[in-house]
Amino acid sequence: MSNHRNVILSLIDRHFEPLLAEWLASQRRDVGPGDARQAAETAELARRFLEQLRRCVATQSADIEAAQWQPVRELLEDLSRNRAVQGFSPTETAVFVFALKEPLFALLRQEFGNDTDQLAGETRSTSRLIDRLGLYTIECYARAREEVITRQQLELLELSTPVVELWEGILALPLIGTLDSARTQIVMESLLQRIVASGAETAIIDITGVPTVDTLVAQHLIKTISAARLMGADCILSGIRPQIAQTIVHLGLELNVVSKATMADALALALRRSGRAITERKLPATTPEA
Amino acid sequence: MLTESDEAMPLRTSDDVVRVRQAVRARAVAAGFSLVDQTKIVTAASEIGRNTVDYGGGGTLRIEQVRNGRRRGVRLTFTDHGPGIPDLTLAMKDGYTTGSGLGLGLGGAKRLSNEFEVQSAPGQGTVITLARWI
Amino acid sequence: MAEIPILRIGDCLLVSIQVDMHDRLAMALQDDLTQRIVADHARGVMIDISALEIVDSFIGRMLNNIAAMSRVLDAVTVVVGMRPAVAITLVELGLGLTGVRTALNVDKGLALIRRIIDSPEHDDADRVR
Repeated sequence: MSNHRNVILSLIDRHFEPLLAEWLASQRRDVGPGDARQAAETAELARRFLEQLRRCVATQSADIEAAQWQPVRELLEDLSRNRAVQGFSPTETAVFVFALKEPLFALLRQEFGNDTDQLAGETRSTSRLIDRLGLYTIECYARAREEVITRQQLELLELSTPVVELWEGILALPLIGTLDSARTQIVMESLLQRIVASGAETAIIDITGVPTVDTLVAQHLIKTISAARLMGADCILSGIRPQIAQTIVHLGLELNVVSKATMADALALALRRSGRAITERKLPATTPEA
Repeated sequence: MLTESDEAMPLRTSDDVVRVRQAVRARAVAAGFSLVDQTKIVTAASEIGRNTVDYGGGGTLRIEQVRNGRRRGVRLTFTDHGPGIPDLTLAMKDGYTTGSGLGLGLGGAKRLSNEFEVQSAPGQGTVITLARWI
Repeated sequence: MAEIPILRIGDCLLVSIQVDMHDRLAMALQDDLTQRIVADHARGVMIDISALEIVDSFIGRMLNNIAAMSRVLDAVTVVVGMRPAVAITLVELGLGLTGVRTALNVDKGLALIRRIIDSPEHDDADRVR
């Protein structure tokens, strides 16, 4: 295999600029030119890649996962990450690497045109190397996409389930949308943390905005309410729709918590429990200044 | 399944149980467990660890940080050469205890784990393996 | 061997569990507390577990024992400062803290003890646990 590496090394050394130009042209053919800035960036990246590729091939290591191939891997990781974040497709990202095949094959044909066996062997080895690098790029891309999605999910979660302090010592958690097991767990944990942080002895969990509740979600709700009680706080459930009430009874679930039809009712109860009363004040005869 | 790290600890005194809790916590943190998941596996380790010391006549704990594809986890193996558990089904029931405890050791630890296995027979000691995955 | 200090606040005793407890320490604490309740005529016992990262059935047993002994000696026990992760794990574990009331922190714990002791129906109509 060392012969093959020497072949590649020699090709890159002797035909660097033409190879680079042909490679960039090949990429443009596959995914289009992009805008001027992108084209410049890609050209710069391609030049650096070819230089690093040459250096790594020269180390005589055949394994692209080995330490000697780190510079190339890092370059591909950066490329994949940037493209993933910018919203490029997997193909658009991988083409960067795979488009190098044709120009290399052309050079090989030029070099070994008369020797079919050698040409076949070199073409096969080159193809394998590019394939491995291309697959590595796709792996990095996939990982980067997952990270973006996870981060977005967390941000969405925080935005859609805020814990509000309705009054001193009274928190409210209005749940919106369908709850899945993972989301419910995260939301419930953050409610418990807010209870500790604010010292609120009552938490109103409002599910007006939740269309359905399944067994798993109901169990999470029950566990959270029990955990809050263990910590020294009480929960009030509010906004249970008729369908959900039926589901709960149908599933035979013991809610074991006070539930009120509306958040307003729950708030009234919470205020009473904390020893507060709402009194009526006589409004002034004249309209107050804005 | 890949074992990324492997650690063995003695479980002979109640001070060892304290050390076991700290070691399991460290492994769980290294495996990237959330705080709640850490708490669950450390609590399970404390339950079984105490059993090993109190009822098993002392033994050892093996802590492994494992990987199954993308998933990471922590596996604990408790071994003792004590009297063994005569009736496993009974022992797994909540409230059952031969000591003065709440009798939640085995059943409780099982609820806190994703995987839980007990091998025991009178006179043959006990091996309890539990694992928690992210 | 370290001892767990017991502080007196009015007619209440406050115990703050800071260390990872082993059996001897737990036994010593139960003994010390019982003696102090009698010696100080304490009406309330507050156990601050805000420093505990885990509560297993052993600690649970200890808390239940303390509550039972205090009740016999006519004192109210309140456990304060339980961490969310601990509470979630205890629920999963299925551990019931019977006869133990809970509050979010020391202040609320003291207020709770006051309310219970001062109420005409002491110990009546408690919340379901």
